[in-house]
Amino acid sequence: MSEAIVDLGSRGDQAAIALLSDIHGNLEALEACLKHASDRGAARYAFLGDLVGYGADPRAAVDTVRRYVAEGAIAVQGNHDEAIEKRAGYMNDATKDSIEWTRKVLAADHKSFLAALPLVLREGTMCFVHASAAAPARWDYVDAPSAARRSAEAAQASYVFSGHVHEQLLYFESSQGKWSAFRPTPGSAVPVNSRRRWLALVGSVGQPRDGMAAAAYALFDPLRAQLTFHRVAYDHLAAARKIRQAGLPEFHAFRVERGV
Amino acid sequence: MERLEPGSEIDGFRLGECLHAGAQGLIFRVAAPDQGFPAIMKVPRVGPNEPAENLISFETEAMILPALSGPHVPRFVAAGDLAKMPYIVTEWIEGESLEARLGRGRLPAAEVARVGAAIADAVHGLHLQDAIHLDLKPDNVVLKASGEAALIDFGLAHHARYPDLLAEEKRFAAGSAPYVSPEQVLGTRSDPRSDLFALGVVLYEMATGELPFGVPATMAGLRDRLWMDPAPPRERAPEMPPWLQEIILRCLEPQAEQRYQSAAHLAFDLRHPEQVALTTRARKSGRAGFLAQARRWWRARGAPPLPRLMPKAQVGTAPVIMVAVDTAHAHDPRQPVLQRATAQVLSRSPEFRLVCVSVIRAGPLAEGEGAAESASGIHLEHLVRLRHWAEPLRLPAQRLSLHVLESPSPERALLEFARSNHVDLILLGAPSPEHHALAWWRSVASSVTAHAHCSVYVVRMAPD
Repeated sequence: MSEAIVDLGSRGDQAAIALLSDIHGNLEALEACLKHASDRGAARYAFLGDLVGYGADPRAAVDTVRRYVAEGAIAVQGNHDEAIEKRAGYMNDATKDSIEWTRKVLAADHKSFLAALPLVLREGTMCFVHASAAAPARWDYVDAPSAARRSAEAAQASYVFSGHVHEQLLYFESSQGKWSAFRPTPGSAVPVNSRRRWLALVGSVGQPRDGMAAAAYALFDPLRAQLTFHRVAYDHLAAARKIRQAGLPEFHAFRVERGV
Repeated sequence: MERLEPGSEIDGFRLGECLHAGAQGLIFRVAAPDQGFPAIMKVPRVGPNEPAENLISFETEAMILPALSGPHVPRFVAAGDLAKMPYIVTEWIEGESLEARLGRGRLPAAEVARVGAAIADAVHGLHLQDAIHLDLKPDNVVLKASGEAALIDFGLAHHARYPDLLAEEKRFAAGSAPYVSPEQVLGTRSDPRSDLFALGVVLYEMATGELPFGVPATMAGLRDRLWMDPAPPRERAPEMPPWLQEIILRCLEPQAEQRYQSAAHLAFDLRHPEQVALTTRARKSGRAGFLAQARRWWRARGAPPLPRLMPKAQVGTAPVIMVAVDTAHAHDPRQPVLQRATAQVLSRSPEFRLVCVSVIRAGPLAEGEGAAESASGIHLEHLVRLRHWAEPLRLPAQRLSLHVLESPSPERALLEFARSNHVDLILLGAPSPEHHALAWWRSVASSVTAHAHCSVYVVRMAPD
């Protein structure tokens, strides 16, 4: 599937890049993460898909990302973004309800923006994909070292940045070609030497599921070859309240409230 | 890569004398003009004919060392780009390698305890930074002139906040055969208690001049330590006091849960031999019988349970808690309040060690036999009161120790004792305006709170 990769070439850019995935229409979480990243020196931004779905602010989320993309940010498509214009048949009922509601709320230009997003982007040593670069349109979960290896091999990059799994995890290659998983400590910079291959699951901005409500994203510093996973406290109760007020499924409000 | 020799220059570092040329790499002295301390450069052997492990353990050290600090590790200066010119420049720690010290023969018990406590301090300092050495051996311990010990060579180390590059490199990641812990042999690299096993081997070697498990050359030989009972050290060094055998054999327990749960506890026992609770370990005079060994072998077949906590948190479950007791006013009605507060704190820590301390003014100044006798009589009287104070807590002997310190300055004595024994929490009574009987607490509580290196729990002691 490597023909699906849009190669941007190398920009030779060493600026710190914020990696944000699975925003899911949660404007409060998105704004908190963008401010947090900018305070820590982020000069570039990459949005790793699922801008919409679940949350009550899909318009504002798409507007924000579109503004960043106009200024050079990277964005790839997630399965929820795809489902707005295409199929949602494989999703469960609550998720389908949420997609249906989002379709009504979004304007035509929002929808065309989401539909036009590429599945995989590669720039120099970095590759950006929502799920797995091995078969990006199948939305497979990278949930094991073997899945990480397959995605990294297809991506042909030192660094693969992904979302979809809603947790923060760093997969890396050992010298024997075996892959291991590492659970990062938020706020602690991890040295990521470009001689190895790495696949980072950056966590979810808008719907974390590890029992902590704080929004998740990561910041990559190519110059120092350091990757830092962050958790950002934000007004998650307001985001949950909006989900209820919009008449969206209660379960999705509950998830945002508890981080589960 | 250009040929390296004294006089070459790499990234501004001029190479001096070559201190070591081994299978894994070279070590040169370097001039590091801006640092203000002597420095060395390590360069790994790389190339098509060199094992890949050289570079991975090098990468590991270059990743972990910059994250470490304190008097027990070499300061990190610089590292070269692994793809171009791999090297690492660190502080050169002045002192004698423990390996060289052991070359002059085994050490008397008091010296084993002193050096062992210094190494345990270093290990504790490392664990508190979420790192585990995993290759502790005499070669990697430097004894400094100050009496402190420093650890070097972090090529096999593990840092809980960094990915473990060696996790999948099973072929060599185990460590050094004579010292490696049973769980490392089985592939676990995240248990800080592995360092305490290796330290047990080092203590055994210091005290007896021999290695408890020899120098196994095969994997099967390495696995023996999962169940094999080493010869009790007193069998090899009959003059060894029972407390030292107790300490060494506790470190060498094949199951990590049976060992000390924190290097601070080990350092404590090595510094206070009279407080070591002796068990059957201290009395052992030979190896276990065939059946007992077979039972251990059977138990050892499974993989070890993985520790659930990061090193610092794991050590945190085994705190050293110190309570300051005013034994001069043993019958004060507020003593039970301090006892209850202590019991409450202990109930929250599964693996605590409680240290009860009373400070009395230095003994009478009069000279002569009689004065010395009465001074020790006073000391004993306070020790008895301290024991009586701790009794209602019903603690097993290995969790409790009692200390009567003599000092004209209670606060200074408490602070010094707390710092040198890695105390994590100090409990003491709050001064009370209307009870002048406990007046010394007034200054002590505020001074200890202001200057302690750890948390202080000042207990308000309204009488019942």
